Amino acid sequence: MNTYAIRVIYKYEMLRAFETIAQSFASPVLSTALYFVVFGSAIGGRIQTVEGVPYGAFIVPGLMMLAILTQSIANASFGIYFPKFTGTIYEVLSAPISFIEILIGYVGAAATKSFIIGLIILGTAGFFVPLHIAHPFWMLAFLILTCISFSLFGFIIGLWATNFEKLQLIPMLVITPLVFLGGSFYSVSMLPPAWQTVTLFNPVVYLISGFRWSFFEVADVSVGLSLFMVLIFLAICLLIVWWIFRTGYRLKQ
Amino acid sequence: MNPEPKSADATVPSPIVSIANVSKTYTNGYQALKNVSLDIQRGEILALLGPNGAGKTTLISTICGIVNASTGSITVGGYDIEADYRITRRMIGLVPQELTLGAFEKVWHTLCFSRGLFGKVPDPGYLEKVLKDLSLWEKKNSILMSLSGGMKRRVLIAKALAHQPSVLFLDEPTAGVDVELRKDMWALVQRLRESGVTIILTTHYIEEAEAIADRVGIINHGELLLVDDKQALMRKLGKRQFIVELEKPITVLPVSLLMLKLDLSLDGCRMTYTYDPHHTDNGINSLLQAINESGLVIKDVHTTKTSLEEIFVGLVKNKTTQTRP
Ligand SMILES: Nc1ncnc2c1ncn2[C@@H]1O[C@H](COP(=O)(O)OP(=O)(O)O)[C@@H](O)[C@H]1O
Ligand SMILES: [Mg+2]
Repeated sequence: MNTYAIRVIYKYEMLRAFETIAQSFASPVLSTALYFVVFGSAIGGRIQTVEGVPYGAFIVPGLMMLAILTQSIANASFGIYFPKFTGTIYEVLSAPISFIEILIGYVGAAATKSFIIGLIILGTAGFFVPLHIAHPFWMLAFLILTCISFSLFGFIIGLWATNFEKLQLIPMLVITPLVFLGGSFYSVSMLPPAWQTVTLFNPVVYLISGFRWSFFEVADVSVGLSLFMVLIFLAICLLIVWWIFRTGYRLKQ
Repeated sequence: MNPEPKSADATVPSPIVSIANVSKTYTNGYQALKNVSLDIQRGEILALLGPNGAGKTTLISTICGIVNASTGSITVGGYDIEADYRITRRMIGLVPQELTLGAFEKVWHTLCFSRGLFGKVPDPGYLEKVLKDLSLWEKKNSILMSLSGGMKRRVLIAKALAHQPSVLFLDEPTAGVDVELRKDMWALVQRLRESGVTIILTTHYIEEAEAIADRVGIINHGELLLVDDKQALMRKLGKRQFIVELEKPITVLPVSLLMLKLDLSLDGCRMTYTYDPHHTDNGINSLLQAINESGLVIKDVHTTKTSLEEIFVGLVKNKTTQTRP
């Protein structure tokens, strides 16, 4: 194991994030704060509580997930796509380092960044609404698993993308709609029955539901199912990465 | 830290890099390397000379692990580049052809990154020495984007040297570099060789190969046409020309000179005699005598050496006429 290599990849990816701190951390926090003001204050004025939870607090887990999913994918895909694009990837490819080590370095850094963003958002939300976390352990477990899974997913997109358009295609066309329709801002039970069924095909629903449960003990689906779905997604990403590793797909000619 | 190179027999100097029957066909079907075999000796400067698109970068990239060979095998220090890639890659430094560098990083950081990537313990003292040798020490806190092209090239060299490799690949180190900087680069390459590093550089400038290489490999259309000692190459293929300028132009060669295979220039003022300088009787004496007897008046004489350029053109031409059905 070339631990020095993993360490420098991780360290310099993190360094890059802190050098562009405004872009890396401030902008996701700002956009979350805006959602908070718009949804929390405007709608929260009309909807007092959802399943016994004040609306302002109710949307916090969903807002965190929204930010974590998009940030994990954006960070990880960009982290590996950019060296490919500029050509600096030559150095990583010619170094005595395995694909797994490259993966740990890049995905680890991307996951850490979105984890930090998640915590910052949680802290920010704490200013607006009183927050109580019922199951801190499960909250962290969901958070960390989501950061890792979606960073892996982003890494795969970054490897697959051959231009900037492709890089943004999946996050824009697939992830954003799924997240918005995933119950960030509402409870699934508030929808008409037909839509409730449709919603169950959205994997993000399970993520947000489980995560929300760890805060308020209210959930749209059972917690076990949520956890299962997260683990399934992680397993699928690992499987794709393993396949990429076997074939050297899109890194080497 | 560096593993000892394997050697079957200690008395026979084993090549540091050994390439055996390597071919490469890219996924689009283009064959960029055709059965290339080449041994590179420890401590030498080898120039791979060939026009654009010859396959130089592909060959180097294959040795460094960026491109997978379609067939054939390569060893570095006696270790296979695939099975023992962790060992071979630690021995190799690569300076790419393009100025592929990050934008917002600092010089010092990018160097530390390179060293760590190759699994070496941090050694600020060594990196400082590398930067000083390359006259980059003052720039250590500069942002990469702010550097000039020449400095970026040197940063790339510093990155390649950051893990103390014993083999250094320089892909077109002076392409698009002005004459002054090119000479600096040549001096730098010599210094590196003196420090014990084996150097393989690619170039499409013949004068560059002529100026700094010990051996020259000529590559075209993915084929290694010839590898030889630079001097031997010149000897083997380097014909000389003896040029006689005449006082008065002539329209035809005098009969007494017809046997000597002279070329008469169009204006009739200059006769060119091509000879092999290594032949015991080069025929110059008989030529001068014959000219004397014919009554022609000599204005001036001089000789020229064939440059690698002409050798190269000759080889490439031969090869293409040979392969044409
Ligand atoms: N990734 C690639 N896919 C397909 N063809 C390639 C690729 N890279 C290089 N080639 C082709 O292989 C040939 C050799 O390229 P290269 O090794 O870069 O030559 P050189 O470095 O001698 O200029 C060229 O014709 C080039 O177009
Ligand atoms: Mg090239």
